[in-house]
Amino acid sequence: MAVEAAPVRRTGLATSCRDAALVAAVILVLAVPIVGFQTVGTGGTLAVHLHFQTVGALALAGFAIRLLAGIVGGWAASSGVSAGLGAAAGRITAPLAGSGFWFGLAGLAGAVILPFVAGRDYIYLGATVLTYVMLGWGLNIVVGLAGLLDLGYVAFFAVGAYTVGLLATYFDFSFWACLPLAGLFAGCFGLILGFPVLRLRGDYLAIVTLGFGEIIRIVLLNWAKVTNGPNGIGGIPAPSFFGLPFTRNAPEGATSFADFFGLDYESSQLLIFLYFVILGLALLTNFFTLRLRRLPVGRAWEALREDEIACRAIGINATTVKLSAFAIGAMFGGLAGAFFAAHLNFISPESFTFNESAMILASVVLGGQGSQLGVALAAAALALLPELTRDVVPPEYRLLLVGAAMVLVMRVRPRGLLAHRSPSILLHAKARR
Amino acid sequence: MGYFLQQLINGLTLGAIYGLIAIGYTMVYGIVGMINFAHGEIFMIGSFIALISFLLLAQMGLSTPLAAVLIVLVISMGFTACYGWTVERVAYRPLRDSYKLAPLISAIGMSIFLQNYVQFFQGARSKPLRPILEGGLALWEANGFTVQVSYLQIIIVVLTVALMAGFTYIIRATPLGRSQRACEQDRTMAALLGVNVDRTISMTFVMGAALAAVAGLMFTLYYGVIDFFIGFLAGVKAFTAAVLGGIGSLPGAMLGGVLIGLIEAFWSAYFTIEYKDVAVFLVLVLVLIFRPTGLLGRPEIEKV
Repeated sequence: MAVEAAPVRRTGLATSCRDAALVAAVILVLAVPIVGFQTVGTGGTLAVHLHFQTVGALALAGFAIRLLAGIVGGWAASSGVSAGLGAAAGRITAPLAGSGFWFGLAGLAGAVILPFVAGRDYIYLGATVLTYVMLGWGLNIVVGLAGLLDLGYVAFFAVGAYTVGLLATYFDFSFWACLPLAGLFAGCFGLILGFPVLRLRGDYLAIVTLGFGEIIRIVLLNWAKVTNGPNGIGGIPAPSFFGLPFTRNAPEGATSFADFFGLDYESSQLLIFLYFVILGLALLTNFFTLRLRRLPVGRAWEALREDEIACRAIGINATTVKLSAFAIGAMFGGLAGAFFAAHLNFISPESFTFNESAMILASVVLGGQGSQLGVALAAAALALLPELTRDVVPPEYRLLLVGAAMVLVMRVRPRGLLAHRSPSILLHAKARR
Repeated sequence: MGYFLQQLINGLTLGAIYGLIAIGYTMVYGIVGMINFAHGEIFMIGSFIALISFLLLAQMGLSTPLAAVLIVLVISMGFTACYGWTVERVAYRPLRDSYKLAPLISAIGMSIFLQNYVQFFQGARSKPLRPILEGGLALWEANGFTVQVSYLQIIIVVLTVALMAGFTYIIRATPLGRSQRACEQDRTMAALLGVNVDRTISMTFVMGAALAAVAGLMFTLYYGVIDFFIGFLAGVKAFTAAVLGGIGSLPGAMLGGVLIGLIEAFWSAYFTIEYKDVAVFLVLVLVLIFRPTGLLGRPEIEKV
């Protein structure tokens, strides 16, 4: 038995060696011009610094990783471990998917308790994380459920934020009056943008949303008369608790929150309140999505994602159904933006770059398209990791790793790391893919 | 009149650059049926390789501008083609039979990766390059306004026309071009008839990347300053050009590129320069509303 297995393994080693050498050669060729010669500005002119040791290190790393992967893969295939591993992975993730409800409940309990036990910084961070979770859930409707690739989701976030910023500073609208308007405007933008594009092949939507995200930013930057350009809008008022403002001294003819409940004034009361506002908004998004999935329109989204031609054949109006998903997703983006403006007090076009869209999309893609729990975990991880590892890992690595992770996840588990992208219902005869 | 002519010349030059990038989008879309989001970054990498080669040649003491441009052209095309090949191999080929969103997401991941890769190793600052080719011809003079064509603009247009002719020849008359057209029509059937589909698709990416490298070289020379972010806008504009011309059509991509270049030049000249990118984007949306097949494209038939 062992005698038989040996030659198989040896040829496997030879091929993986050759394979790894090839990978190293490719890395060498690719890295020489960009990594090997680094341009450094010195007083107006550029100087070229040589960094061939980095090139060599990258090639060696590529060689080692590929060789290791080849050996492990070959060994696993020959000894049947890979099948066992797959089954084991299934055993681990299957109950996770099944008990998603309990995981979600535990997460929710943790989220509710957090502001009462954590310090100010953590409450603030928690609200930021929840904003990303809400954005992830909002985009999940578009990407995960309806299967439409939206690369400019941050544009709707910006529309919501600027709705609050402009209405509150120009017309003294309160946050609670702005919030539905922000959702409405963002949804309308989604309708206007989606209408011409969604009639066509899905790929066009990706590039149009990519362009739209950039256009919104350019308009916000250049329309300085209204948006104050790159300086942004400051002094956005915080929301009140059913008309009770969170101030030390209540304005004329009003009672402050602390006075009304007989508490001592503390500035963290506002922070905690804001935290619960975004928690409520995020849960609203989640609840809305979960309910929509059980409505005909939600079923139609998932069906369209799986097979558009079949949907058209049974009489589903693909354009309207897609448009509804796109607009609803945009609306939640706008609501999150409204909160973002009130939470930060200050907004500027800097906050709405393509990188933000990329991070939100990454949370949907990495977490598992269509899975609420997966998206929430991925969004929280993506928002938290750079904060927690700020001292260890330089921030430039962040997007580099996110981009690589997106490619890798698509190759290894195209439906997302944690959850599977399965339809809510299936005809019983059809096997689950 | 003089001002108009000058803008026409500038627009044509810009259009040649966009057209060369647009060909990459159109060829890939024709064969694989997906938008190669990383193509804008390939263009950006091409321009960086061109910049670095120029700097190295200057250090070595090469002072003939035309020779320098030709050498850099070859270097940049070669290395950038490797990038194109690798991107296809790493991010697209394993996903060819996955569900329809997978290659798009992988492409956008690749684009994010390449952008930050260049930012990481070359820095985020914009990189200036001293003009290599200077001087030009005064074409026409009236009311104290001189219409000028720089030698660089002439080179850009001539090079683009020559490359277009070369690539049209490759597609029309070589075995590689025949395989490409066969794969475009029906990949399975082409494979059954002995066309090496994997190799053909790889070559398509290599050709697209080489053209993007030429565009990158021209961009570097023309604007004299590049940064890691130029691929984003150039990519969106070139894609608009490809859609405007009719995606999948090679002459369409060139025509669309020229039109987009003219629109951008005239919009900047007669309206507002801040909103020139908005104008291009509006064109994209209008084309998609009124003529989704583009100017020279054929209507798409969806087969079950």
